[in-house]
Amino acid sequence: MNTATTTQGSHDSRGHDSSEHDSGEHHDQNAHDHKPKGIMRWILTTNHKDIGTLYLCFSFLMFLIGGAMAMIIRAELYQPGLQIVEPNFFNQMTTVHGLIMVFGAVMPAFTGLANWMIPMMIGAPDMALPRMNNWSFWILPMAFAILLSSLFMEGGGPNFGWTFYAPLSTTYSPPSTALFVFAIHIMGISSILGAINVVVTIINMRAPGMTYMKMPLFVWTWLITAFLLIAVMPVLAATVTMVLTDKFFGTSFFAAAGGGDPVLFQHIFWFFGHPEVYIMILPSFGIVSAIIPTFSRKKLFGYSSMVYATASIAILSFTVWAHHMFTTGMPVAAELFFMYCTMLISVPTGVKVFNWVATMWRGSLTFETPMLFAIAFIILFTIGGFSGLMLAITPADFQYHDTYFVVAHFHYVLVTGAIFSIMAAAYYWLPKWTGNMYDERLGKIHFWASLISVNVLFFPMHFLGLAGMPRRVPDYALQFADFNQLVSIGGFAFGLSQLIFLVVVVKCARGGEKAPAKPWEGAEGLEWDMPSPAPYHSHTTPPVIK
Amino acid sequence: MHKKIIIGAASILLSLSAAAEIETPSKYNLTQGVTDTSQQVYDLHMIILYICIVIGIVVFGAMFYSIINHRKSKGAVAAQFHESTKVEIIWTVIPFVILIAMAIPATSVLIDMEDSSKSDITIKITGSQWKWHYQYFDHDFGFYSLLTTPQQQIQNYSHSTNIEPKGENYLLEVDRELVLPIGKKIRFLITADDVIHSWWVPAFAVKQDANPGFINEAWTRINEPGIYRGQCAELCGKDHGFMPIVVRVLEQKDYDIWLQQQLQQVASAKKAAEQALASTLTMAESMTLGEQVYLTRCAACHQVNGAGIPGAFPALKGSAIALGDITKHIDIVANGKPASAMQAFSKQLTAKELAAVVTYERNAWGNDTGDVVQVTNVNLTEAK
Amino acid sequence: MDEQSLKRKNGKLSLKLMLVIPLMFAFGFALVPLYDVFCQVTGLNGRIVVNNAPSSLVIDKSRIVRLQFMTSIAPGMPWTFEPVVKYVDVHPGQNTVVKFKARNLADLPTVGQAIPSVSPGLAAQYLNKTECFCFNSQPLDAGESVEMALVFFISPEIPPEITTLTLSYSLFNVTKLANNNITKI
Repeated sequence: MNTATTTQGSHDSRGHDSSEHDSGEHHDQNAHDHKPKGIMRWILTTNHKDIGTLYLCFSFLMFLIGGAMAMIIRAELYQPGLQIVEPNFFNQMTTVHGLIMVFGAVMPAFTGLANWMIPMMIGAPDMALPRMNNWSFWILPMAFAILLSSLFMEGGGPNFGWTFYAPLSTTYSPPSTALFVFAIHIMGISSILGAINVVVTIINMRAPGMTYMKMPLFVWTWLITAFLLIAVMPVLAATVTMVLTDKFFGTSFFAAAGGGDPVLFQHIFWFFGHPEVYIMILPSFGIVSAIIPTFSRKKLFGYSSMVYATASIAILSFTVWAHHMFTTGMPVAAELFFMYCTMLISVPTGVKVFNWVATMWRGSLTFETPMLFAIAFIILFTIGGFSGLMLAITPADFQYHDTYFVVAHFHYVLVTGAIFSIMAAAYYWLPKWTGNMYDERLGKIHFWASLISVNVLFFPMHFLGLAGMPRRVPDYALQFADFNQLVSIGGFAFGLSQLIFLVVVVKCARGGEKAPAKPWEGAEGLEWDMPSPAPYHSHTTPPVIK
Repeated sequence: MHKKIIIGAASILLSLSAAAEIETPSKYNLTQGVTDTSQQVYDLHMIILYICIVIGIVVFGAMFYSIINHRKSKGAVAAQFHESTKVEIIWTVIPFVILIAMAIPATSVLIDMEDSSKSDITIKITGSQWKWHYQYFDHDFGFYSLLTTPQQQIQNYSHSTNIEPKGENYLLEVDRELVLPIGKKIRFLITADDVIHSWWVPAFAVKQDANPGFINEAWTRINEPGIYRGQCAELCGKDHGFMPIVVRVLEQKDYDIWLQQQLQQVASAKKAAEQALASTLTMAESMTLGEQVYLTRCAACHQVNGAGIPGAFPALKGSAIALGDITKHIDIVANGKPASAMQAFSKQLTAKELAAVVTYERNAWGNDTGDVVQVTNVNLTEAK
Repeated sequence: MDEQSLKRKNGKLSLKLMLVIPLMFAFGFALVPLYDVFCQVTGLNGRIVVNNAPSSLVIDKSRIVRLQFMTSIAPGMPWTFEPVVKYVDVHPGQNTVVKFKARNLADLPTVGQAIPSVSPGLAAQYLNKTECFCFNSQPLDAGESVEMALVFFISPEIPPEITTLTLSYSLFNVTKLANNNITKI
């Protein structure tokens, strides 16, 4: 527990003990809360900001752990041959890296942002279901403790890829698979509870006058994401349950011998898995749609088309799952259907990108760190979108599938997409959270270091994939050596760059130039009407919506 | 301004396409391959790439134009517009039209790729952890194809000894290549024994999953003789990175000669097996042959020193099976252990090799049982 | 709105959303039979149509379709298993019998289950099996051999461009499963 723990801790101590004068108003609002002190405060808290902080800190911790695993992967791949880890351990690293980044870093970070920002944005005092909120967070560290502990079991942890295709994950998996299944169940429950809370908050807790079409896009995208989560996380739970019973209780859902079919696993998994991809990117769209207008000092272009585009992406996401499975031997008709749907999904996504560019067009632009991350998001996410469009072309997908081209594609979408947007959000709202401005110079250093290293890390992967390097291999042929070395160097640099972010956040939490209620000139939204740092309880009396 | 963008885009496109022709295709770009299909796939790849580049230039161009010219520090004042139904319809329809234009050639290539009828040769490909088996369906013979890169080249751990420099075809070399003729329509029937594998040769643009219990089809017609290399493309366990595919493509007449040789070899191997049944193996002979077999087939899991990997692959050194009943030992090597990574080697090894490797396991690493397994022992177990 | 009624409203909505969870969880499982139906209709993965009545259709003498046979033996299955003929040429609509030979090499009784798969997948719906050893599992005593029959016909509706079909059987060792079932009974 690090950064924002100190955030809350420090401003509280300021509020209660030392400098009454600088936030007297803040103190008054806190005074009627009987918060336990120390660790119990965090364990028992039902406050949306505390829980948001917990989610964000947890997510950053997971980002570092998953990142450390990526460093092991890149160190092994630095040169051909097996130098550092055994192939079986390498497979555990790729698997757990994927699981941690998806379920431990990206998703909790978005839930943390939702907790912090949604009540403030819609004019509510807190989330609708505060006690459930506490639970949905606190079962998450348990899930990951279980998952990580499985690495130390005899036979090792999960080694079948984060997609855990049967029968590699059933008949041929290590005994620790039971723990893996259990951990996924808990993560799923946590996500579902979080999503229910978001839906109920948005539908029931909006301030009078906050109609749906007046909601900030971050709220809209999260509402849609939450519905996606509620719809598909149970399907994932069903999938892992079938894996569990196939492995331990003699069922044959995925085993041909008993009349099952391993390809069925992939259908069910990707029925969850593809909406999951959008779960990890839709909130990003909301964040970027908040930041770009702020620093362009111009209203978001095409608000309503943004809402419709988000909704249509969410709906279409249920019709494209089999584009992950073109090589499994589908009938041509099915391949064509999924190819067309996948190509179609790029239309609403394109609309969003065009809208952002149109928002910047003839604006009055400044380039603070959140804006830099948001612009990088648009460009690099679009590059990820382009490679996605290429992957949609089924005949070409036969060549790209399961190569580093795919690895490059989804890292562009998830790292320079989702994670860059989370970074942008953190810089954007840090003044509101801590009451202090972050160190702009360090923020810019963090941005440029990340931008350059992330491209050195992921761009050459396109070439590796096109040249024929399969993914998830611990060793490779000599013609791939120089690009892999470059990629590894980019990887180490990107990993180190994130430590700068840690420094920025800790520094900002501890003090710095005091932030005004609205630190960004062009910002709009209810959160900026509140003082910085935001009082412990958000809008205790409903704000007036203009 | 629009003109400028278009000229800029065109010139970048031109320089890119020029660059694409000069550079070696295998390093920065998809291979054009040696089949009509792979050429069509390459063309699709280039078209969609160029479309993406053009869209990228337009969108990012507009963006950078405003980043440069519409900055506050240059005194830009924000305009007030924030919607335009007309513009929004235009940029929904244009991508849609582009996509339809793209879908048409993609559809026709795909339909062609999936039509494996009227083939001349059928090859059954079976993936198993971690090797490929090729069966020439029309001629009733087949063989396993295993990685030949020695562990001394692969293992560069700090504790590794005898590290050798890596060869030219490191990790992409096998003991027996799949041999195919040019110009014939070859149909692959692909399946797997244990987990899902995926048979991929980039030069043919063939990648098809091998699903245990089910068969999948793919086909190719190769235009040029040569040696083409690929790899397993679906994570299939520990040695997923170590099951390459090598295809040697010959002119028809060379292929016919090769085929005759193979058929003769199959016949003489049968004879040799009968002779081996009558002969007696010595300890020294068995240990030499057994060690060879062990290193290529067993050491990946049970390790060179017989210690295995705790929790994943059992040790053979001092194990109950290697020191216990010979029949049981032979049975597990010959028939495998159901639902585990231990395969049935009776299909993969000759009886002589089987006998030798069991002898080796019973006498190496201090397992000094002194047993010498004979070919007749092996056959007896199998026949039971 | 007062706090009490808001709480009630929140509770109600969250309850409704919670109902979606078991529904979608069940949907995940429902995908299993749905997939089977989908496979039957589209011929995905070469699932085969079971047809109990032999063909009484008019034999289409103008066409010949070749049906190839292929066998795989799963790891841990101590049997030999192969078709007596590698292929047959048949007219659509014609009832045909083919035999497969199996022999148990192990010194224990073993139960085998053959899993069929047809390629090209789309052709599977035209391959009608009226009798097949793959409908049930096959027990064999130690060292026992057996000849197993497959009776099938190919529907005359088969598209003319399909001239070759491949029928593959993967033979699995299901002794454990079979024994479990016996003890259960």
